[in-house]
Amino acid sequence: MSLQDSKRYQTIGKPIPMLGARDKLTGTARFTDDIRLSRPLFVKILRSPYPSAHLKSIDISKAKKSKGVKAVITGKDIPNSFGVLPISKDECAMATGKVRYVGEPIAAVAAESLRDAVAALRLIKVKYEVLKPVLNIAQGLKKTKNPIHPELKREDNIHKSAHQSFGDPDKGFDGAKVVIERDFSFLSLSHGFTEPHSVQVEIKDDDELTVYSATQVPHYVHLALSEVLEIPLHKIRVIKPYLGGGFGGKSDPFPHEMIAARLALMTRRNIRLTLEREEVFFTHHGRHETQVKMKLGLDPGKGITALDGKMLIDGGAYGSFGIVTSYYNGVLLQGPYKIANFRFDCDRIYTNKPVCGAMRGHGGVNPRFASESLLDMACHELKIDPCEFRLEHFLEKNSLTANQFRITSVSIKKGLEKAMTKSGWKKKHRQLPYGKGIGVACGFFISGSALPIHWNKIPQSTARLTLDESGLAVIYSGASDIGQGSDTVLAQMVAEVLGLPMGMIKVVSADTALCPTDMGSYSSRVTFMAGNAARNASIQMRRTLVKAACQLLKIDEPPYPDPGKPMSFFRQGQRKPDFKKGFLGANPDYEDGFSFSEKKIISPANEELDYLEVVKKAMEENGTLQAKGCYLSPKMGGTHKGAGAGLSPSYSFTAFITEVDVNPLTGKVKVEKVTCAHDCGVPLNPLAVEGQLEGSIHMGLGQVLMEGLRYEHGVQQNASFLEYKIPSPFEQPEIEIILPDSDEQEGPFGAKEVGEGALAPFNPSVANAIFDAVAVRLFDLPITPDKVLDAIHKNNQKKD
Amino acid sequence: MNKNIQLDKARKQKNGGLADKEDFAKVRLEINGRPIIRAIFPATSLLEFIREELGLTGTKKGCDLGDCGLCTVLLDGKPVLSCLMLALDAEDHQITTIEGLTNGGELHPIQEAMLKHGAVQCGYCSPAMVLNGVHLLDTHKNPDQMAIKEAISGTLCRCTGYTKIEKAFLAVTHQKGAKV
Repeated sequence: MSLQDSKRYQTIGKPIPMLGARDKLTGTARFTDDIRLSRPLFVKILRSPYPSAHLKSIDISKAKKSKGVKAVITGKDIPNSFGVLPISKDECAMATGKVRYVGEPIAAVAAESLRDAVAALRLIKVKYEVLKPVLNIAQGLKKTKNPIHPELKREDNIHKSAHQSFGDPDKGFDGAKVVIERDFSFLSLSHGFTEPHSVQVEIKDDDELTVYSATQVPHYVHLALSEVLEIPLHKIRVIKPYLGGGFGGKSDPFPHEMIAARLALMTRRNIRLTLEREEVFFTHHGRHETQVKMKLGLDPGKGITALDGKMLIDGGAYGSFGIVTSYYNGVLLQGPYKIANFRFDCDRIYTNKPVCGAMRGHGGVNPRFASESLLDMACHELKIDPCEFRLEHFLEKNSLTANQFRITSVSIKKGLEKAMTKSGWKKKHRQLPYGKGIGVACGFFISGSALPIHWNKIPQSTARLTLDESGLAVIYSGASDIGQGSDTVLAQMVAEVLGLPMGMIKVVSADTALCPTDMGSYSSRVTFMAGNAARNASIQMRRTLVKAACQLLKIDEPPYPDPGKPMSFFRQGQRKPDFKKGFLGANPDYEDGFSFSEKKIISPANEELDYLEVVKKAMEENGTLQAKGCYLSPKMGGTHKGAGAGLSPSYSFTAFITEVDVNPLTGKVKVEKVTCAHDCGVPLNPLAVEGQLEGSIHMGLGQVLMEGLRYEHGVQQNASFLEYKIPSPFEQPEIEIILPDSDEQEGPFGAKEVGEGALAPFNPSVANAIFDAVAVRLFDLPITPDKVLDAIHKNNQKKD
Repeated sequence: MNKNIQLDKARKQKNGGLADKEDFAKVRLEINGRPIIRAIFPATSLLEFIREELGLTGTKKGCDLGDCGLCTVLLDGKPVLSCLMLALDAEDHQITTIEGLTNGGELHPIQEAMLKHGAVQCGYCSPAMVLNGVHLLDTHKNPDQMAIKEAISGTLCRCTGYTKIEKAFLAVTHQKGAKV
């Protein structure tokens, strides 16, 4: 289906307001902290003031007797460790034996009021033996007898070393016209979501816990709670209420969730725990501080002849998603251009700082800045147009990258061409007056990880659909709407296939007791995977209704499209459709000759039936109607180590052309105009697509020009929104969005990723524009006015 | 200031699970057109009063430090940060929270526009943004884009980059301009 075809659809491709938006606007939407359980105990957490110390003793006796206090717990009350990746479960809810970062939980108090809890916290006496901390990458690489995690049995603090090499990079560099190598550095970033982490736990008489949590991953929280607290999964129900932004920052199981659940079990009272903003900064799990040494070889005719990156990332005290991050730092350089000779090494270093994890564009953002800067420099040196060069060397559709990524649909060439026209690139590049500049950069991103975090063969997404005589279609999905609109896109799937208005679809999501298992909302997977599951469920339901319609009309059932038809160019590895499992394929054809529209079902012979009448007929045979759909990625990828990292059933592509104004007297950079072409396949809901792109640009703008966590002696210096500045409306540039005609065969109704991919290439497009404006190259983010001014001065001195 | 504060001595007695030595103060104000009289801890912020005492959870807490603007309410029609104000300081004032804007009725034009233009993503800043917009329309005949940016700049939004919020506000002000 192309964008043109989408015009015949009823809800697909239409600017549909987000489900729940009305409730959010009137204040009736309940976020986690807005829930009012009966007589909750309030919890406060005592946190470490030292980056590294032995816990000699913790005296909680006075705190226990303090007014209103019902329980005080420490690390030994929750001894089991956890972590989002089964291969690095290295974190406990509260420190045991040793604290590893400033802000690490040590003890927790549950009391009748918040004031009582705060007062009791002050009565806890902790004796520390302060240790020499590891505060940066350089220190972490040194040999030591006392590593932060001795269980790794290493003599340094390297957590993970990821390496891959394809082709012959050295030969590639030899064959290049120009080879450029540079060092880059990037500060750690906070997600800056507006809703603080929050959890409430309701305990029932039979020891059943209902955990309301602001999480992107109810399924993983469910698993972790069961394992850590040693209670069976069926005794725990995790529900995600409305959620105020995640961006990767709520995609791990967290200490506060374990603490709240343990306290509920101990006190047999409901628990309420919401972090202060400062605690949110300490909890972190944001973008890794990164050092990159990258080398790029280029030949105008041959393209990028070789690319070699050495990345060092500061992971903080624990694992989180770090092993994945380490690989993403390399493998997400395998597009959007053809690169046959490619090598990367990435080491993740443990330090005594808050934990880093996944943040929008996970792992791919900083290396992208390096590679796109180098590409721009190489083009400059060879005096070739950086847009024209890119147009010649993009990955082609239905091809494999050097590391065996399966590239299906690609429309970035069209996208960049349009962006060049709309932005007036040809008339502006290298021709604007001093202080004004224009720059280009491109990128690509996964539409969900093809491999689950917990290795198993369970479908990555399952959706259930029910229908009864009211006509209301209820779609149940474990996907977590974190403000990106995942509920809306699932409802659109049902509405389209069954020809119902959006108002007749109800989405029940992110509730582990009611919803089928879904991995959650991370790695830009929901539209593609949960979307395909919901679409498959809807098609199954449609067949039930068609059968009933045929009975009413006394005609034969129509032939259904052959589910055995190969789904795409890549036949290898495709899953066989399995009707029983609810898997009809990825984006299967459902043409049955009938038309479902506006609550009417019209036969091939143009006989019209009322939707409700058909539902009732179908119910005679089945009772309440139920259907299930699921999605499982095709088997694909190479056999080399780390081959699964970055593997996705499809990839999005983005091209940015960005215009800046640089004041050479102050060094201040203002991004004036952004032209963004994003290939997300068929945009299912243009309003939501634009919103994701505008939000990505906002977040990129923050990283490239202003944001960064500052540490002194392992202590965050800007752990508040006053000191950690995110861009305001005054900084947000004018944005023109281009959605090039594109169609992803395996994506639901042709769709693929839009939530994260655009962030990474935006940053270098700004830096490349700065070079065009004032002829200076900045290699360290954020590009603050002092750095720009400094570079301009140095440039001037060179000329003199 | 706070001339109407009276310490409620009676509350010094033991009272359920609550403290017995705290001083309570009486506060009287109007929220969403409804007169409210309560005995509270004097240190209770207006935000805490609205969310915890009255259960009006449409007003959000983002930082409790005056940095994020998510707790914005209207005090006699003007936007204020409810986390930086004591409930006692709101004595005798009229407070409008997001719940008071529509009172279950039709959406305000600002809400309507934000809905239509996709200006809502996670929605955590939406109540504050709406109230910013209401004040903007009340005080500007025909606000331009700079006035709109200024009106929303006190409230953080991390999802939208403000683009669609500005667009929605601009659409309303254009309608308004047409009427004038």
